[in-house]
Amino acid sequence: MKRKEDPRLIQGLGHYVDDLSLPGQLYAAILRSPHAHARLRKIDRSAAERAAGVVAVITGEDIRGVLGTIPVAAALPELKVPPHYPLAIDNICYVGEPVAVVVADDRYRARDAVDLIEVDYEPLPAVTDPEKALEKSSPRVHEQFKDNQACLWKIEAGFPDRAFKKADRIVRQRFLNQRLIPVAMEPRGVLASYDPGPELLTVWSSTQIPHLLRTQIAAMLNVPEMRVRVIAPEVGGGFGSKLNVYGEEALVAHLAMKLGRPVKWMETRRENFLATIHGRDQIDDVEVAVKQDGRILALKCRLTADLGAYHQLLTPAIPTLTGLLMLGCYKIPAVKIEYVGVFTNKMATDAYRGAGRPEATYLIERMVDLVALELGKDPAEIRRQNFPKPKDFPYSTPTGVIYDSGNYEATLKKALELAGYKKLREEQKKLWKQGRYLGIGLSTYVEICAMGPSSAMPAGGWESGTVRIEPTGKVTVLTGASPHGQGQETSFAQVVADELGISPDSVIVIHGDTQAVPYGIGTFGSRATAVGGTAMFLAVQKLKDKLKRLAGHLLGVDPKRIEMGEGKLVVKGKPKKSKSFLEVVQAAYVAKTLPPNFEPGLEATTFFEPSNFTFPFGAHVCVVEVDAETGDVHILRYVAVDDCGNVINPLLVDGQVHGGIVQALGQALFEEAVYDENGQLLTGELMDYAIPRAWDVPRIETARTVTPSPVNPMGVKGVGEAGTIAATPAIVNAVVDALRPLGVRDIQMPLKRERLWALLEARGS
Amino acid sequence: MIPASFEYFAPRSLEEALQLLAHHGTEAKLLAGGHSLLPMMKLRLATPRTLIDLGRIRGLSYIREDGGRISIGAMTTHAEVESSELLRRRAPLLPETAAEIGDVQVRNRGTLGGSLAHADPAADYPAALLALDAECVLTSQKGTRTVVAKDFFVDMLTTALQAGEILTEVRFAADSPRTGSAYRKLHHPASGFAIVGVAARLTLDATGKGSAVSVGITGVAPKPYRATGVERGLLGQTLDAKRIAEASAQATRGVEPLSDLQASARYRAAMAAVFTRRALAAALGRAQKQG
Amino acid sequence: MGVRISVKVNERSHTAEVEPRLLLVHYLRDVLGLTGTHIGCETSLCGACTVLLDGKAVKSCTVLAVQADGADITTIEGLARDGKLHPVQEGFWEEHGLQCGYCTPGMILAGAALLAENPGPSETEIRRAIAGNLCRCTGYQHIVNAIQSAARKLKKSGGRKV
Repeated sequence: MKRKEDPRLIQGLGHYVDDLSLPGQLYAAILRSPHAHARLRKIDRSAAERAAGVVAVITGEDIRGVLGTIPVAAALPELKVPPHYPLAIDNICYVGEPVAVVVADDRYRARDAVDLIEVDYEPLPAVTDPEKALEKSSPRVHEQFKDNQACLWKIEAGFPDRAFKKADRIVRQRFLNQRLIPVAMEPRGVLASYDPGPELLTVWSSTQIPHLLRTQIAAMLNVPEMRVRVIAPEVGGGFGSKLNVYGEEALVAHLAMKLGRPVKWMETRRENFLATIHGRDQIDDVEVAVKQDGRILALKCRLTADLGAYHQLLTPAIPTLTGLLMLGCYKIPAVKIEYVGVFTNKMATDAYRGAGRPEATYLIERMVDLVALELGKDPAEIRRQNFPKPKDFPYSTPTGVIYDSGNYEATLKKALELAGYKKLREEQKKLWKQGRYLGIGLSTYVEICAMGPSSAMPAGGWESGTVRIEPTGKVTVLTGASPHGQGQETSFAQVVADELGISPDSVIVIHGDTQAVPYGIGTFGSRATAVGGTAMFLAVQKLKDKLKRLAGHLLGVDPKRIEMGEGKLVVKGKPKKSKSFLEVVQAAYVAKTLPPNFEPGLEATTFFEPSNFTFPFGAHVCVVEVDAETGDVHILRYVAVDDCGNVINPLLVDGQVHGGIVQALGQALFEEAVYDENGQLLTGELMDYAIPRAWDVPRIETARTVTPSPVNPMGVKGVGEAGTIAATPAIVNAVVDALRPLGVRDIQMPLKRERLWALLEARGS
Repeated sequence: MIPASFEYFAPRSLEEALQLLAHHGTEAKLLAGGHSLLPMMKLRLATPRTLIDLGRIRGLSYIREDGGRISIGAMTTHAEVESSELLRRRAPLLPETAAEIGDVQVRNRGTLGGSLAHADPAADYPAALLALDAECVLTSQKGTRTVVAKDFFVDMLTTALQAGEILTEVRFAADSPRTGSAYRKLHHPASGFAIVGVAARLTLDATGKGSAVSVGITGVAPKPYRATGVERGLLGQTLDAKRIAEASAQATRGVEPLSDLQASARYRAAMAAVFTRRALAAALGRAQKQG
Repeated sequence: MGVRISVKVNERSHTAEVEPRLLLVHYLRDVLGLTGTHIGCETSLCGACTVLLDGKAVKSCTVLAVQADGADITTIEGLARDGKLHPVQEGFWEEHGLQCGYCTPGMILAGAALLAENPGPSETEIRRAIAGNLCRCTGYQHIVNAIQSAARKLKKSGGRKV
């Protein structure tokens, strides 16, 4: 089915934040710190205030005691939480931290006035390397703390020390998961307006979480929550970067109230690079205990996460997801993980597509390849050997999660067949002899998604869904999920239409407006369909029961004998005895012939709390050739076999898989946020930070196996992040495999041409 | 995203433009296609007080051949160069190079003159201009003078253009018979600029010896240069893969390669040799095809 | 200080007095209210602001409104004719060529400009033609499919002018 979202988007008729304008609207522009660490001595705003068109210039002093701090929802034992204000007060801790905001009558003048603000900074020494930051001699990012360690979190289960003693071999490796920049194509933006009559503050923001944002804005501004309305209009991509509460969201809302006029702020791409959350940035020191036959007995990891200067919403929680998933799709009985979160003078990291799971998958999938290399075994064989079998599900891991369902061998088998694995290995041997570097990389992944349940989340892991059949038989669905490209306006309409026996054209899905939609959690963690879709699915079941009851009443038969037909409700076995869908709907609203104790109207809401996460899985095969002269990586083939449970719309699933893989390709080959030692971001523009373009990307071959999830009635799992989680190690494994004849066992991401060339050159290729 | 204010002039003639330029001096910047200047202005890395838009002047956009000499107006866009039938036939090196600049949209607006006058050390055109032994025509109120490409590029972002001068035309000789050329490039994964860009043109004599060989290299050094060491190794020699490979090793002789996040000096030097060899090999193949 | 410009946008003529530094994209969006043209960067790399200027794809964030004086501009809002979608628009819809939709208008116009010049492009030619348009959602595959599908349709219908 073609997407319902598309007609407006392909004609330029969708409305993203910057497409909205209100009468009397002002524009905000932000002055950001050029220093990574400094004390704010003095700000002279007089020239900016005098500039043409300027309405106000606000600094940290103006919001002291007025605006609350930017919230962190992650709860970890002994987590250090530095106060984090929408505008810096006293101290600066990263380049790009907001220092002042100008409000003017147009965006050009607002921008001009930013240059007129004079700030006297006292620069302080900065630290940008997380390991140096842990040293005693390091400058402290926050003076009030005795060191830069933000948190410490541990898992130990299944007697890892004993397992290491029993091991035939121990394989060790350090992996770096470099810092990434999400680069949603639409930067962030906020428009806020305060209507003093109804005392209503309306905030349009490019966000993945309108309801949570509303709660937090109310708290930060100290405004009653029912007087705040948040609307997520069209959102031009998020990838986790808009799963957050940003200072600008509160600041712009505050300005609109203070100035009594609507205020708009649009992030520039430069600001987006500096001051929208970053992703990854982990160092993983891993060792595994292995038996000669290939069985992996235990894994130990010390995980050092560079969290940046402040916590955003989930910053310190992301590496815990790495911890939970670290054993991948293998039955490894013992584990020991120590995660240290570190403050540095950089932008905060937080959830970026995959959020903790790409790091986990990367280290375990790389590690399994190293084990294969060490033992001289085929990487496919080592994987098979350590998979849990289908009968092992639900499978409880030593890290404390329960994999809901799976058949890992089946996806691997299918992927190897599609790729022609055996032939590829023969081809590889031939090319190696000719001095050409063909590599084949596998990644068999499992991921954790459909976030909830609530018990395992920082806050609410449920989702709301409302289905309302209107008196004319048209259907309005309200979902607490907040899709921004995933296509739930289509897939949800499909599900509801199927359930009610009507056309998807008769269904509209509303999301993103807190005044229209019951409280919800939002779209992230591949949860919208599995949790939000389930809420809606359960709500529509309530309405089906009601419709059947009413139809039975109207037809004079037991409601148990009624079933849903195409556009009608039919008596089982008597196809001629029926009432049209519309007749039954109208009867519910006219309310003259209702059964006893039957509520009029047709609206139902469900708040669905899942009993567990879901665990999609799959097997990806990547084939590369490395240019022996330049180190350039050519991806020759990419085969992805994913199992995300039942599939509602195959084309949408393919789209998610493609996009996810290409984001992973970006990390594997090019992307890297580089700060210098003074905390300057050297990759602060698209000129310097490469995201994949159409010509960098191979055609991707997709296929699926279907293992329904038992944790929700639709049997769906989620697929929004699978590609990103799976593909990074598949690509790196392929490149390392290509260079195996040179004795290469690991290469640090991104696999920049020069890095590979240096390996080739050093070994005299 | 938003440039600072400036005074704007859109002269209708070259004379008028020269007059404005003379009047406003160094406070003024010339606007050609805008694809080097406007991004810098939007980031406020450039804040000219005056902008003189050359886009309204007729007669600065042309590609023509006269007696074996090709001349191209400075306001000719990369797309026009790329798609010129005349150039594809008579000097295919330039369209091949133009096709490697930026992307379609950039090529539709960016101009030959704008790119050359900006003198980005990683721009593509300079390599080709050097290999073509092109001349740049610089016009001022005093008249015109020509500067050979080698002398036009003075340093990073610096050219031989003097105050009051406008680059108006580029000229060079069309390919003689049994000439082959090629542009080969290692592109920056983000910006698309050349980490290494090598333009090679060679002519074979009747015996298969290189009677003319020129190699222009961009991206490697603060300014584009002729790889004279490579050329010397091939001139008058019977050209084959082996000899080309040997000569290409001289690609950075006498040059101090740049170093940045994408490529160290060592890597740049190595790639200069690789891409020089690849460009020369392709050029040789094409020359031989003309048999 | 203002400069008078006349432009034709989506077949309609407009005259305005503009500040010389006004970018074409801001003129289209903020002055004419044609917000289908998006802004994704300030370095001419993302292509979200692509429009057709005298039939050629250009990045409207790197053109001053004054430079467009006298030009004929097509934005995404003007691509459908007489209520009928352009084949590239149809292709994007049918082949799931978009997710968040932010890069889509620029991508569609880049695709339309390609097919106007080259009605039967290869996959490599398509990928080269849209290399100036970044998409972070789709991985490009469905976009390539969309443009291929449009090319097939145009071939069947005997072509159509953009």
